Amino acid sequence: MRHSARAGEGKKKPWILRLYVAGQTPKCLLALVNLKKICEEHLRDRYTIEVVDLLKQPQLAQGDQILAIPTLVKRLPPPVNKMIGDLSNTEKVLVGLDLRCA
Amino acid sequence: MSMAKTQAQQKLTGITKVPTGIQGLDEILNGGLPCGRSSLVCGNAGCGKTFLGMQFLVNGAQKYGSPGVFVSFEETSEELRKNFASIGVDLNDLEKRKLLALDYIFIERSEIKETGEFDLEGLFVRLGQAVRSIGAKRIVIDTIEALFSGFSNEAILRAELRRLFRWLKSNGLTAIITGERIGEIFTRHGLEEFVADCVILLDNNIVDQISTRRMRIVKYRGSSHGTNEYPFLIGANGMSVLPITSISMDYKVTAERISSGIEALDRMLEGEGYFRGSSILVSGSPGSGKTSIASHFLDACCRRGEKCLLFTFEESGEQLARNLESIGLHLKIGVKKGLLKIIAQRPTFQGLEFHLLEIHDLVRRFGPQAVVVDPVSCFSCVGKNWQIRSMLSRLVDFFKSENITALFTDLINGNDPAEESYISSLADTWILLNNASGMQRERSLGIIKSRGMAHSDEFFPIKIGREGLGLGKARHEGLKKGVVSIETFGAGR
Repeated sequence: MRHSARAGEGKKKPWILRLYVAGQTPKCLLALVNLKKICEEHLRDRYTIEVVDLLKQPQLAQGDQILAIPTLVKRLPPPVNKMIGDLSNTEKVLVGLDLRCA
Repeated sequence: MSMAKTQAQQKLTGITKVPTGIQGLDEILNGGLPCGRSSLVCGNAGCGKTFLGMQFLVNGAQKYGSPGVFVSFEETSEELRKNFASIGVDLNDLEKRKLLALDYIFIERSEIKETGEFDLEGLFVRLGQAVRSIGAKRIVIDTIEALFSGFSNEAILRAELRRLFRWLKSNGLTAIITGERIGEIFTRHGLEEFVADCVILLDNNIVDQISTRRMRIVKYRGSSHGTNEYPFLIGANGMSVLPITSISMDYKVTAERISSGIEALDRMLEGEGYFRGSSILVSGSPGSGKTSIASHFLDACCRRGEKCLLFTFEESGEQLARNLESIGLHLKIGVKKGLLKIIAQRPTFQGLEFHLLEIHDLVRRFGPQAVVVDPVSCFSCVGKNWQIRSMLSRLVDFFKSENITALFTDLINGNDPAEESYISSLADTWILLNNASGMQRERSLGIIKSRGMAHSDEFFPIKIGREGLGLGKARHEGLKKGVVSIETFGAGR
């Protein structure tokens, strides 16, 4: 499923993000809410979030070597970054998204 | 329904066991690993943890048709396939037949940012996926401690490990979890706290530059088990463990007699020779004719068309065969016919326990009716006396349990053969060779004991010629057993 597929055409540096969840657990729902909020604030119109539910597509866990849930993978722009947890630490998420220096 | 029947139905049964199929290990574990539970296998790097785990799965697949998953945090699936191909196990084939699934889980060593609460559901999804894909009954996780290097939040990790072991149990999986041993601590991160049912410790000991792998069952809840340290071997046939004391003394005995290969010696033994399945010790000083007596025995075996195995630790097989030609023994014929196998090795080639294991291994594969070990005294350079004695007693027990007639030669230098000999008390027949040098060197042969038969008490002079070893007439009164044998022996000094 795709949320906020609003990566504008012609816009520079679209953020392609993939959020791995396992069912609709409170942690997973919270992570999605947190992620959307951060993206709306910092990346309006420049991001795509793809949510992968491993309970529905377990075979996808192997590809990105996902162990922790939730895991957010910033696929673009490079480098690929991984963050784990419910994304409630906004500062760390911004660093992981390369929107702020560490 | 009667009361009694209800009670009978409710009767508690012990835990069910899952055989590992590893030679000797199931014996120590009294049947195998606890079914549907997790066992911890821990040890230092390179002690054989991964090997034990994989062997558990491969045997499960090949011997018991029980599929298994190998979850590796260290070696990639490709590395595992290669490593096991080199010892003749085709993991690929087992994978194709859906008897084995390999899953390599990569842990990023670089810091993964932790942005809040998380769990390891992804790991559970992967394990579940792998287990379902082949309907696995067995699982090996090698080694889960790698998780600790990938995640910094130890509280979450421990909670998740606890959940993992519950998950394994609820899925009815018989599991082996490996862990690295650090010093005296079983595992670096205290995995034993989670896996409490069965703990196996592996060890790779180097004493006097000779390496010995050993294992010990530290605990096994709800089951009896061997408690000693057991040596094990990782060889071309996989892993084998040698239980030291579990072999009981209830082997079958026969009244059948077999020739010693020397007519005169047979005459001393009621004219019929040794008992089949008995153990014979031939002691003597250097050059007294021990190897000749052993070789006559082998020759006689070959003539009867029986298989026999010679372990020689002093001469090469070629040299031995050549030398024996001079006394009319053609061992090469037996070798050509596939009846005689000669294993020549330096005793220092490996540790004592490994010699024992190797002898076991070869005997099991070759299936001989007679075995000669020439000489057992050579082991003194790789072990202490009590170790050698213990090893030989296990060897004697093993041969007896297989109804193999075994002849051991023993080089003795001192005055009292009984004190010096490692296995005189274990031997059923004990032949002593004297090598007295007076004006002329005179060798003589006497039987100190031979259980279950009226044997000759006299010492006879040995004559070795082109036709082999024979005995002359007993001449001296004083050469009778007991009174003078030791004295005569001393005369050799």
